[in-house]
Amino acid sequence: MFAFIIRRLMQGVLVMLVVGLIAFSLFNFVGDPVALMLPPEATGADREAMRVSLGLDKPFYAQFITFIGNAVQGNFGISLRLGRPVSTLLVERLPATLELAMTAAVIALFFGIPMGVYTALKRDSWTSRFLLTASLIGVSLPTFLIGIFLILIFAVWLGVLPSFGRGETVKLGLWSTGFLTTGGLKALILPSITLGLFQLTLIMRLVRSEMLEVLRTDYIKFARARGLTNRSVHFGHALKNTLVPVITIVGLQLGAIIAFAIITETVFQWPGMGLLFIQAVQFADIPVMAAYLCLIGLIFVVINLVVDLLYYRVDPRLRADRASAGGH
Amino acid sequence: MVDALRRFFDGDIFFSFKRSPLVIVAAVTTLVCILAAVLAPLVAPHNPFDLKTLNLLDAFTPPSWSEGGKPGFLLGTDDQGRDVLSAIMYGSRVSLLVGLCAVALALVFGVAMGLLSGYVGGKLDALIMRIADVQLSFPAILIALLIDGVARAVVGREGHDQLAVYVLIFAIAAASWVQYARTVRGSTLVERNKEYVQAARVIGRHPVAIMFRHVLPNVMGPVLVLATLNIGTAIITEATLSFLGVGVPPTQPSLGTLIRIGNDFLFSGEWWITVFPGAWLVIMVLAMNLLGDWLRDALNPKLR
Repeated sequence: MFAFIIRRLMQGVLVMLVVGLIAFSLFNFVGDPVALMLPPEATGADREAMRVSLGLDKPFYAQFITFIGNAVQGNFGISLRLGRPVSTLLVERLPATLELAMTAAVIALFFGIPMGVYTALKRDSWTSRFLLTASLIGVSLPTFLIGIFLILIFAVWLGVLPSFGRGETVKLGLWSTGFLTTGGLKALILPSITLGLFQLTLIMRLVRSEMLEVLRTDYIKFARARGLTNRSVHFGHALKNTLVPVITIVGLQLGAIIAFAIITETVFQWPGMGLLFIQAVQFADIPVMAAYLCLIGLIFVVINLVVDLLYYRVDPRLRADRASAGGH
Repeated sequence: MVDALRRFFDGDIFFSFKRSPLVIVAAVTTLVCILAAVLAPLVAPHNPFDLKTLNLLDAFTPPSWSEGGKPGFLLGTDDQGRDVLSAIMYGSRVSLLVGLCAVALALVFGVAMGLLSGYVGGKLDALIMRIADVQLSFPAILIALLIDGVARAVVGREGHDQLAVYVLIFAIAAASWVQYARTVRGSTLVERNKEYVQAARVIGRHPVAIMFRHVLPNVMGPVLVLATLNIGTAIITEATLSFLGVGVPPTQPSLGTLIRIGNDFLFSGEWWITVFPGAWLVIMVLAMNLLGDWLRDALNPKLR
């Protein structure tokens, strides 16, 4: 177990170093940092002085180490577009994105799992067929169109829900939350449905196919032979075993949700990290792009790590395999 | 030629095509979409880029069947008096072009990488697959966005507008080559040890020739199916990037750009400027996906 964690951690560190290298290259090779910081009338001597003071005269690896050191402390420099420290910008925007992503994930799980179980148990009912066809269309619909159609129906035609922004937020220390006001909650509804819909269809299809697989196995037949109730067989025995792959996919999709939030945030003008990033791309704001890249990389690595550990905890077979293979 | 056609029409694939009405509908829809795009200069009722024919008085005309609509503009007009139907036809040209080119580029690069990785093996294989692993752990859209952002920083804004289509094709291809590389690598590992490859090696053919002349034709099947399924995804990625404002510029709009433009008028009640390009996009992609799904099943002998 311990060796397993160590190996995973090493892999994560390696990925982060690669991401860091890309971010560093963005900084140094794409935009000339000296030209960005100095006024246009600066002399050659000014440039040289700036170059030395920024440490740009040092060899590549020394610069990279300095960059990593700064990045670990959260220092990514100043946004070219907004003229404020990138770390402050990201910290301000983080709560909005995380709240949106969490709500979307909860919606996807809360509806996706029961719908998956239902379509697996009642395979031939009309509701199941309808849900499956609808999910196929859901996969073909681009996220931004779902958002636009939801806005058109609920904000423009019916006028019941807000279509942009977070509504009123409450500040809890550094964290500004929209969970505590009705306006904030109302503003959350459409974006989180938009973001969660694709994951919902994914989870539904996954649970369904896993459930169908498990229902064919011998231990389910045995459970039925023992005369257990349907409920106990379906939920106590079958569902439990379908959840192992579901955890993996949901975990990995959580990262995807945070990344896809870029699109949802643009449609709904949601003031999160994704909107910040897309504006950075439009204005070629390299420091913000590099910092976002590192942050997303970190989130992905951490999620992967947690999923691996959870997998290990949930599935006893995995532990047994590894133990018998010499405790890798 | 006639013989080949007859064999095709008598074959299993055409038989399974004839028997599924949904697939026929999807095929017809795809064909119509492609024809409408390719023949846009001939069949479109207006030329949305010909400034002489535009009339600002026609701006915001609703679809012709609703109140205030004009018979000349079937799906209404946008803010500059451009016919929405014609704009959609011209826009789907850009969408299809970017989608097809991106898939082709990703296919060529991915297949080459997969062949190298599977046939040469060793350190090269490890390197390519590690890169693929790292890339696969990030969503394609993020990678495409990043490449687009870097291109913008390198060539500047004006330069980017001119190169936008190429940058998009490259960004989408770079974000999706991994799937092809992995598929090809897997089949190459199997093919590499078969007798015909050993025979080719024994008679002294060059490794590159073995890879491309002998192994490649035997690993292309699944990759081509994957490519047909990916055309829809590539078109959606293009539309998403254009919608986010980092794709093709408004002077040369794709479906995504049209949706983005129309999105600004959603609240003033001009819904048709957004809804029709969006619906066209969804129908086109859905038809292509259905066709790709069917092709995958029809070509898979295990499912028969």
